[in-house]
Parts: sequence; C-alpha cells; structure tokens
Amino acid sequence: MSNAILVVGGGFSGLTAAIEAAELGHDVYIVEKSPWLGGRVAQLNKYFPKLCPPSCGLEIQFQRIRKNPRIHVLTMAEVVGLSGQKGDYNVRVAIKPRKTPPHNVDFTFLASSLDGTTPSEFDLGLSERKGLYKAMPFAYPARYVLDTDTLSKADMARLAANEKLNMDEEPREVSLQVGAIVVATGWKPYDVTNLSNLGAGSVKNCVSNMQLERLASPFGPTQGNIVRPSDGRIPHNVAFVQCAGSRDQNHLNFCSYICCMATLKHCLYLAEQHPQTEVTVFYIDLRAPGRYVKVLEKVQALPNVHFIKGKVANVEQGKDNTCVIQAEDAIRGEKLTLNYDMVVLATGMQPSLATEKLPLPVPVDSDGFITGGEEAGIYACGCALMPLDVTRSAQSGTAAALKAVQTVKGR
Amino acid sequence: MADKIGVYFDLANIGGGVDVQNLADEAAKKWGDLICLTKLLPNLAESVDEISRDIAEQGLDGVLLCGSSPRVDPERYRFPVMVDFVNLREQCVLSYKNPDGSAFIPGDQAPAALQGLALDYVQMGVAKMQKGSLPDSAAITATPRILVIGGGWTGLTAALEASSMDYDVVLVEKDRELGGAVRTMPEASPLGPLWEDKCPTNLQDKIDAVQKNSRITVYLESQMAKLEGQPGEYIAHIATKSGEKEEKIGTVILATGWVPLDQKYLAPMGLGSNPKVVTAAEFGKMLVKGEALPKRVAFVLDTTIAKDAIAKQAEEEAKAKEAAEAEQASAEAPAAEGEEAPAYVKADLESFKHLEYSNAVNSVGMLRLANTLCEKTGDASQSYILYKNMTVPGILERFYKKMQDRLGVMMTKADVTAIKDGGNGVVVECKNTLLGHDFDLEVDLVVLPTGLVPTTAKEVTVQFAYRQGPEFPDLELFDGYADSNYICFPYETRRTGVYAAGCVRQPLTLDACEVDARGAVLKAVQCLEAAGRGVAVHPRALDNSYPIFNFVRCTQCKRCTEECPFGALDDDEKGTPKPNPARCRRCGTCFGACPERVISFANYNIDQIGSMIRQVQVPADFKKDGPRVLILACENDAYPALDMAGMRRRSWSPYCRVIPVRCLGSVNAIWISDAMSKGFDGVMLLGCKYGDDYQCHFIKGSEICNRRMQNIAETLNRLGVQPERVEQLEVAIDEYDKVPDMIDGFVRRIVALGPNPFKGM
Repeated sequence: MSNAILVVGGGFSGLTAAIEAAELGHDVYIVEKSPWLGGRVAQLNKYFPKLCPPSCGLEIQFQRIRKNPRIHVLTMAEVVGLSGQKGDYNVRVAIKPRKTPPHNVDFTFLASSLDGTTPSEFDLGLSERKGLYKAMPFAYPARYVLDTDTLSKADMARLAANEKLNMDEEPREVSLQVGAIVVATGWKPYDVTNLSNLGAGSVKNCVSNMQLERLASPFGPTQGNIVRPSDGRIPHNVAFVQCAGSRDQNHLNFCSYICCMATLKHCLYLAEQHPQTEVTVFYIDLRAPGRYVKVLEKVQALPNVHFIKGKVANVEQGKDNTCVIQAEDAIRGEKLTLNYDMVVLATGMQPSLATEKLPLPVPVDSDGFITGGEEAGIYACGCALMPLDVTRSAQSGTAAALKAVQTVKGR
Repeated sequence: MADKIGVYFDLANIGGGVDVQNLADEAAKKWGDLICLTKLLPNLAESVDEISRDIAEQGLDGVLLCGSSPRVDPERYRFPVMVDFVNLREQCVLSYKNPDGSAFIPGDQAPAALQGLALDYVQMGVAKMQKGSLPDSAAITATPRILVIGGGWTGLTAALEASSMDYDVVLVEKDRELGGAVRTMPEASPLGPLWEDKCPTNLQDKIDAVQKNSRITVYLESQMAKLEGQPGEYIAHIATKSGEKEEKIGTVILATGWVPLDQKYLAPMGLGSNPKVVTAAEFGKMLVKGEALPKRVAFVLDTTIAKDAIAKQAEEEAKAKEAAEAEQASAEAPAAEGEEAPAYVKADLESFKHLEYSNAVNSVGMLRLANTLCEKTGDASQSYILYKNMTVPGILERFYKKMQDRLGVMMTKADVTAIKDGGNGVVVECKNTLLGHDFDLEVDLVVLPTGLVPTTAKEVTVQFAYRQGPEFPDLELFDGYADSNYICFPYETRRTGVYAAGCVRQPLTLDACEVDARGAVLKAVQCLEAAGRGVAVHPRALDNSYPIFNFVRCTQCKRCTEECPFGALDDDEKGTPKPNPARCRRCGTCFGACPERVISFANYNIDQIGSMIRQVQVPADFKKDGPRVLILACENDAYPALDMAGMRRRSWSPYCRVIPVRCLGSVNAIWISDAMSKGFDGVMLLGCKYGDDYQCHFIKGSEICNRRMQNIAETLNRLGVQPERVEQLEVAIDEYDKVPDMIDGFVRRIVALGPNPFKGM
C-alpha cells in the first residue's frame, strides 16, 4: 500500500495536479517524457485574455516544486510497465540518459561552438538546434541535454575531452510504488500534413498557430518578430483559417476550444507589432466563451481585422511566396479567391493518446480522449480528457489531485 | 541569527577570471568569527556530503553557497540549517560588461569592477544570513470542518467530495430546499464521455446522498451573517429561521451560484411585455412542470436588439445625468466631514454583460432544451435555434453535432432584427442567414437566453468580519464574479481560505461545475491543513515564516491593516493591528507600509535588507569610479528576468547591485533612505505590472509600491535629494531582452543627475 501518487505528464495540468497533491502532504512523482517541464504552455508567447507570459505561471509552479521535498521529478522518462492494483501499484519507468550532470555548468559557449544541427522540435521546425541544448531560458530542470545523434564528427571530438559531460550515460529503469495515478498526457498540434487541401504544410509562409506562437516569442526563432519564414519580411496581409482540422469528422471530430481565442490573441499580437497589417479571419463560429467575449469585442473593434464567416476550401502557393486562399463567404454565398503574404492555420489539439499508447488500463475514445480509469484509481485531467484552455486545465488538474488523494489517503 | 556560517564557492559556476580566493579571504577578514569556514569547491554539485559533514562537525548554523543563481537546482542543497545563495553567475559574471560599456571578454583575471561586484554580493549574502534566522511556524489547531455556502449543483458536489476526504461539512442554503438552479432543469447537457448525449441530472440522488451523509450538516433557509477569524479557526455565524447559529469551521467554499438577469435588460425583445417571450430558465421550468407545450419554438441566441437598445438608453441617461449635474453643481452643499464611517454599501454590479458572458451556457442550454421539447412532444414540435455564434466549445461539439442531426431541431446563423406579434403567435424577423435569404419565422413561443448574474454581483455573500470590510475586494474588476487575474491559478479570491467554485466564479455548464467544486475542495482542505502546520498557501506555499509585530513601537497608524492585499490584519478599538497568520500570504506588504518598522519576518526583515545595502562599497569618486545604483527586484518576475538576461548574455551596468525582495509591496521607504545615506546615487524598484491587468503575484503589491512613491518623493525633496533618483519600473518575466536596457537607461539618467549629495557624508 502506498500513499504516493504518480503523475504522468509534466505540462500545466500535470504540474498542477502534482503540486496540489504534494502540498497536501503526499509524495508525488512527475514522469515527463521531454527533458523539461511545462509542456505546451512553455511554447506559448502569451496567454489570453490578459496577454501575460506563461513563463510567469510556470515560474510559480517551479518555485513550488523547488521548495517541496515531496515532489520528485523524472524527466526524459516514460512509464513502461504497471503491476498491482488501485492503492498498490508498482510502476516501471524508463529514463533516457540526459548526459549532462545535475546543477550543470553553463554550457552556452560550448553549445554554440558545435556545428551539427537538427530541426528544433520546440520551435516546430522553424529553427535548428544543436546537439547540446536547452530549449527555453526558464527551463526546469535548468539543465542542458546532450543529444549525441545530432553531433557531427567534429562535435564528438570537441566534446570527448569534456569531463562535465557523461557521454556514456546509459538508459536506466526505476520502479515506483504508488497508490493512485493521474494521467495528464496532454495534446499535440494536429499534424498539418494531413490537411492536404490546406497545403499539407508545403505552402511557404503558411504556418500553424503554434508556429506563430514561436515566431512571436522573445526566445523564438525570430526573437519575437512576426515575419514571413521564407524571407523575414513583415507580412502586409495575413489570413487566419479557423477550424483547420477541427470540427471535421475526417480529422478532429470536436472543437479544440482554444483556437478561436488563440487567433484573437494573434490578431492582438499583429496589431501591436504591425499596426498596418490587414488581417482576415475565416471562421465557422467565433467561440469566445464566458468573459472571453471581452477579447472578441476588443479585436472586432480593431480597424484592420476583418471577419468572414465561411470555410476555407483551399490554400495554395502563389507568386512571390504568397498564399492563395479559396473560400466561401457563407452569408453572401460568394466564392472568394484571395492572396495573402502569410496564412495561419488555426490547427486544433489532438490528444497525445490518439497516436501513442500508455501501458495503463485507461480506455480512450476514437479521437484519443480518455474516457475512464477511475475504478482503477487512475484519473485523467487536462487535455488528455478534453480540449481545454489553461485555466480550465488548472481546474481539471486540481480536481484530479483531489480524486487521487481520496484514493490514497490514510494508507 | 546565524553565528556560524560556512561560505562555499562553486568554482565550476563562477568563472570570468574572478579571484575567488580573494572573495573568500575578504569575507573571512570582514566577518571574523561569524564565518566558521570558507571553501573553494571545484564542483558544488558533488560536494553535498562534504557540506553535510561540515554542518555536523563544525556546528554550522548557516550555509552560504556562492555560484549560480538560486533558481538552478536548489533542491540539491536541502540542509537542516539556513541555506542561501549568492548569485555570482547569472547576475554577476554572465551579465557583466565593462564600465565603459564595452563587452566583457573573460580572461585570466577579472577586471576590478567585476571583482568588486562579486565581493559586494558575497558580503551582502553574509549580512543577509547574519540578520536572518529559521522561522518557527505559527501553527494552530485547525477545526477539521469545511463550510460550503450554497446548496446547488456545485455546493452539493463540494459537500460530498469534502466528506469523502473525511472532513465534516456545514452546508448553508438560502432556499427551502437543496438543488438550486438545477431543480428547474429537465435534463443536463452531457456530463461525461462520450459527451454526445444529454444526461439525466439525477439531482435527487445527489441531494439524498448529502442528506444521508452523517458528516454533512445542512442549514436550509439560511445565510451567512458573519465570518470571523482565520483559516483553521473561523467562526461562521449563520442566520437561520430559528435565529443565529455559530459553527466552528476551518475553511470555506463559496458556491452561491447565480441569479437570473433582470428581465428589464431583455424588455426590448418583448420579455415581460409579451407572454409568448420567455427566458431559457423559465422555459426549463415549463418543461419540468409538464405544462402544455408549444409546437413551434424559436430559441433566439442573438440578443443584439436588446444590446443596442440598452446602449442607447445608457447614452441618453448619461446625457440627462450630465445635464442634471451641471444644473445642481452650484447648489450642492459640501459633504459633512468628521462623521463616522458609513456602513458598507454594496454596489450592484449586475449588467447586460452578464448575458453575454453566459453565451456558452446558453448555447449548450438551447440545444438541451430544444431536444427535451422534441422528446416531450413525441417529436410533434419544431425548434429553431437562431444564433450569431454557436458557442459550444470543446468536446461538447459532439453534442452539438448530434443535435444538428436531430429531426425537429433546425439551426441557422441569423441576425434577429425584430420580435413582434403576428398571426397566432410571434414573428421573429431573421436576416443574414445561412439559407441565402432573409425570412420571418412564425412561432408559438420565443425563448431568450438567461443571463447568469453571479450572486456576488448582487449581494454580500460571505459577510467577512474583516477590517477591510465584509466583501471580496475588487469585484468590479471581474464584473462581480468572485475571481482574480490568475490564469494559472483559478482559486484565488484574495480572502485566504475562501475558495469560489461554479457559476459564482464564471458561467459554467454542469460538468465544469463539478470539476470546479472538486478543485475548490482540494484547495479548502489544503489551506486548512496548512493553517494546522503554520505554513502559507499559494503562491509562497509551505513558507513557515510569518509577520511578527513589535507592538511597543506601533503608533496605530493603520497603514498595514489597510494595505494588506489579503485583508489578513484586523485591528482593535485603538487601531492596534491584530495579525491573523493563517490569512497571511507572506508577501511583506505590511512591513513595507510600516513607518515605525515594527513588523518583521524571521528570515526577511527591514534590518536585514538595510544591512545588505550597507555592505556595498560605494566609491567616493563618482567621476572616476562611477555611480552606484541599488535595484530592489521582485523575486517573482523581475529577478528571474534578470537571471535569464544573464543566461542570454545580455549585460547591464556594473554599477548596479541587485537585492531580491518578496514583492515590491514589501519595500520600506527606510531602505531608500539607507541607500541614500550610504551614498547610492539611485534606487530602481523593479517589479510586476500593476493596474487592472496586473501581473503582481500578490495582486496589489506593485500597485501599492507605486502609490507610496509619492511619499518617497516628498521625503527625498525635504532631504534635498532629487526624487528622480528613485524610479519604479514594470517588467514582465519574459522581458529579459529589454530589462538590461531599462537598467542602463536609468543609470544614464543617474549619471546625468550627478552624484548623490549625501555621498561621502
């Protein structure tokens, strides 16, 4: 029997669940697949509705972790096996080698001296990263990671003599005793290559909404300047294609909750950076639930932002790396063909479990959302359960922490 | 007070050619016996055992670790004594540039300015530790009972969940029976996977479970008369039909829900005047009662008609008011002064906006009602849903899709431009529809959306017996909802131990209310246990320090009680503050306010920061050795931003010395005097954004600091110091590329001002 709790996933929901449970006095293990905590919100430039930086909220969470000896963080880690039952689980966790030591020295210069590169996962392919890297300045843990696959031969030689790196660190496995499990495996941006009518990711200067977040981020590929990836030029007119993959039975059979708000936020980014840029939003419904209505009103009042109710049928490559959109104005019944400097696909969120399996007894629906597990003492939260924004993910994580604590209390 | 300190230098993380041995020697020379040992360690991370041994063998009571920022892997260094860090990496070597502004190229020997910077930081670190001590916590015996105010869907859920945590619950409901708004709902929208089908609410089961639960005490037809005390030891005074009852409780969940928006707001659409126009809530009641049901119903989500009419009316009223005021202005007598403070008057915050904020609840609600109508009439009815935006976000799209396919429910986007009598019923005029033409829809009944007005917009729900008044602060910022600006932490109300959930916090569908209730229960239990252990809750969770008052010197000026962002301090008749440690969030705004400096924390106090300021070596020759600028940086956003600037090799003037503070609210004016008398030429206060879109972690701290700047300026003027020498600047955590320029700009302004007139005196 154990009163410890396992949290699978170190994004915002998982962090919240873990910290809230630990502050109630429970030992908590966070198992995060990537090298750092923070999940998708770490990639965002600002949160709607107040346009505040996500790293501010993450910093609070990280401070709470730093101060709490009950929280055990395992990064580059994945659950690979489970035995036992509710209240008394044994979880096997595989940990990949980070190859840099805890409390590591500053590797900035060493990293910049390397020449091997690979497309940055964190910047969604908009930049290249080195083999020794730290994806974000507020990273937790504040450590680099060494990905030897990306090193060139010369890099290998450069690093061979460095005694601060553990080039030969091996993968390892640990086992944890826990009484309950919170699953917070979150989401990923829907793969645009599935959207063949929208250019399938091949039209230059047609980016996804998450890529736009990276372009707007001060530590993104352009230091926060929203420009065309092809030539670094300020776009004079930009189109947003809402529901790119969402609300579509051939792709995501649900509404992704955040994309309307994300686009409204992006309109505000553009209005601030490039007040002259003309923006058109093609939408089915503008979903600004609750008090978010205020953001919708604010954006609707912007002189350079226009809204067209209608679905975009096609995005194609135009002259001079422009993007050509074919759409229908549903109100006027008109077919439109329009040219834009840049197009942003408001791609939806797909639950991570749509394409990955967890070795845990949790049922998922045809879209990959978790539909049960409670009877086994396994509680899903955040976007593993349904598409949510950050506030509701935090609520969901807190609620899941309660259910997990109810399961293990008194043990 | 630490009196046996070990100072450790992490050679792996200092670099820059800094002469570390010299730092160690100078510190040892200065502090004598206070410093038991100094060690230069090749790699601090590998020396944890060695430090533990030193603590045991040498009886150290403080460990000062000089190297990287305290934000880098501090959890490796958990020792049973005071532990602190001196940031010689991010905010010293990595962010250093030469006094002439040229870039620093690290070599074998650090330039004098860098060596001096590092030495100042080490000496400041020792001073800080010398003036600090490990706090004893202010633990209390917490009453293990949770008060839930409101017996609707959220409150019932909260009561049951809290009892499942083995806590007793007191449930207070205003009405004669439990259930709240759900009693008038024939059915619920989907409450769980697969989120496609409406659900029975099974409300009675929930009510029965509460009533049969021996841990839950229910008060019906009751309201809060008063809540006094602090988390863990609150006393709830409950006004019941048989008089006032007192209950000891630990923490509170506010689930008082909503009241329907006054029908006057929808009068322009016929509500109130046309019996064939009702709200969704009223239509729900009709369905529950099983009244004779209409055949053709228009569910109108587009309320532009009402919005425009209300806006026009408001404009006219404003004009009339202006005219009236102009007339009265001359005749008006000044208000009498010196009278007793008037009783608290609750502002009514209800407005048309509440209808707009209820958009998702109504979009989902209309689908649900249309479906129930079809079912109840055996598909003999026809429903039309007319919307501008169908706000069915997220997974509930599946329910929407199912309803789109349902026979008997027709939906279109439409601008509803008029609702008027016609034929045997009502005619709804529809324009800009998806059908390619405008049309008039003749129906038997029009159903308009219901505005969910949070109870906190209309009445005082909790009745705090607090010095700062009976109500939550700043409700108007959130249109009356019991909420905050925190996006990442939904349960902040600024009244510690009171957690709002459900529609009193924001309009939510029933599934979301349940989730919210669970979250609030967790927070309520957590706060109760924190009070029992004497530690803080979010954001300084587990902090066991708390403000200690030296009442002998208190002049009852009441500033601390007025300024505390969380209303933690009450006062007695004379005005002496009465601390409530379990309400306190440990931001230090109280001691920032105190002109007599009677408030302190064991590990954070006025004298401590003052001592750090006095440790800085201020050169006498301003021209030759440059100015000195003190930066008091908020540790929540500004300090991490400086760290990240350093990591990114952004550099700022080497004349600056940074001291982190818990919040700008904790900055006491005496520190500025300390700095000026020490010879500093400028003081920069670097903190979070304030105002309506505040990012301050303690909500009001940076704003309060800004208000105090006026007094500080006056004081400086009196002393003959230009007030421009002190500036407050706002920085967000991600402005790491901007903050060095902000600092350098300030230093340039100081250089232009010339030396502080007190320098060298």
